[in-house]
Amino acid sequence: GPLSERPLMEVRLGELHTWISTCNFSPQGLLGAVQRAWSSYCAKYIHVKQGGPAGISMLLAGSCLLSYGWNYQHFKRHRWRKYH
Amino acid sequence: VLHTTRSLHTSQQSLAPVPPLPEKGGEVRHGLIPEEFFQFLYPKTGVTGPYMLGTGLLLYILSKEIYVVNHETAAAACILTVIIYAIKKFGGDVAAFADKLNEEKIATALAVKNEAMQTLQTAIEQEKKEQWRVEGRSYLFDAKRNNIAMLLETNYRERLLMVYNEVKKRLDYQVAMQNLKRQKEQDHMIQWVERNVIQSITPQQQKESIAKCILDLKALSKSAQAAV
Repeated sequence: GPLSERPLMEVRLGELHTWISTCNFSPQGLLGAVQRAWSSYCAKYIHVKQGGPAGISMLLAGSCLLSYGWNYQHFKRHRWRKYH
Repeated sequence: VLHTTRSLHTSQQSLAPVPPLPEKGGEVRHGLIPEEFFQFLYPKTGVTGPYMLGTGLLLYILSKEIYVVNHETAAAACILTVIIYAIKKFGGDVAAFADKLNEEKIATALAVKNEAMQTLQTAIEQEKKEQWRVEGRSYLFDAKRNNIAMLLETNYRERLLMVYNEVKKRLDYQVAMQNLKRQKEQDHMIQWVERNVIQSITPQQQKESIAKCILDLKALSKSAQAAV
């Protein structure tokens, strides 16, 4: 299909720049993008007949990474070595 | 729970039943990394590519201390071990239990649907039977008409019989009256004749007739004695 309507996974690396330029960066656009991402994730991993641990474990892992990233400045002070 | 993120029936097929949920979710390896990542790297790096990437990243993060090892690491390791052990051991049972719950829900809904269909089917059959019965109403009316005709006929004949009996009674009465009258006239006339005859027999004639009788008797007795 046309470039602006394709989801992110199907956009090739060369077309990424043009694809980002066609994005809608207004609040409604961002909210719609977040909603779409969430609904596609749910439809793929959670709203299935036989889901496994994968659905929530990926969410938990993502939250772990995010929280580590938010507290990185605090962890930086407890390094074991000074020079890496 | 209202799934606000699911698209409602906005297309033309809104009257069709809701499509069923997919059987299995997206493939995930080791419970964390989707299979698409491995497939994405497979053409360039083969099977071991993602694992090498993971090892390299891990060593880089540890050596540069972008990830700092502290007490939380030990806690996370213990927790993860316990969680993985629990999932491996009880995952199957929990899945079976959840499947059983789903099965029961579906079974009840199916039972309701089947029962509804059954009742509707029997209702249809009964309706057809009633329609078939309606076809026979001509016979019913014929039979009723016959019954009524027979009743009328019976009634008519009864009255006819009654009329006949009454008329016969009256005629018999008349006949009996005539007979009685004639008999009475006859008796009366006989008596009158006898009375008159007896009255007309004078004593003289009586003596003569008695003497004649005695002579006849003697003559007869003589002839009788001769016959014996």
